[in-house]
Amino acid sequence: MSMLHTVNKSPFERNAFDSCLVHAKKGSAILLIEDGVYAAAKGTAAARKLEAAMKEVSVYALQPDVDTRGMQGRLVDGVKLVDYGGFVNLVTQHQGVQSWL
Amino acid sequence: MADDTMEEGSNGGGVVKKFMLVNRKAPYGTIYALESLEVVLIAAAFEQDVSLAFIDDGVYEIVKGQDTKSAEMKNFSPTYRALEGYDIEKLYVEKESMETRGLTEKDFVVPVQVLSAKEMADLMESQDVVLSF
Repeated sequence: MSMLHTVNKSPFERNAFDSCLVHAKKGSAILLIEDGVYAAAKGTAAARKLEAAMKEVSVYALQPDVDTRGMQGRLVDGVKLVDYGGFVNLVTQHQGVQSWL
Repeated sequence: MADDTMEEGSNGGGVVKKFMLVNRKAPYGTIYALESLEVVLIAAAFEQDVSLAFIDDGVYEIVKGQDTKSAEMKNFSPTYRALEGYDIEKLYVEKESMETRGLTEKDFVVPVQVLSAKEMADLMESQDVVLSF
């Protein structure tokens, strides 16, 4: 069992995403929610960091938040989209949830 | 504030000032973007000279394709397209902010003028009132 990390802030406005990447251990999962989904948008410095991190952690994004912000079709390859039920499943599949606010 | 920047408008002889609303926040995550739109419409009702600046995460406010159905939130991005009907047509996007986010002019729901940070600073300086969101 490993941790599920959630990030809900834009990587351009706060350092929650960067701090999460530094602390997420190999085998853990990162779920981008709310303004956190911008970190997975192609063509950004955050996306490049995310792609590098994806060698060791699984990355998910909450589809309703992606769609709301018009980021559908703009995310880097390999980011798995989940709905609210998928969010719950991720929570149950990990030993705990750590929120990066 | 120089008096010569004020002129008689069609708003019953009231004073017309140059207002700039500076939008720096992503939509939905906070209430700022929606509140800014409320103020734009109020300023328009008073027939003021309104400009909208989108810098930093504010550029996300006007990104195309916002679909709020599954999140069950109000999609206010179509409102930016309606601003033209209120004679609000001065929309400026900061180039650096747009490029940092991997966006281009084609990604926006409304026609905008793209300005460098330097040009934006000059435009800000030329205003009577700058409101920050």
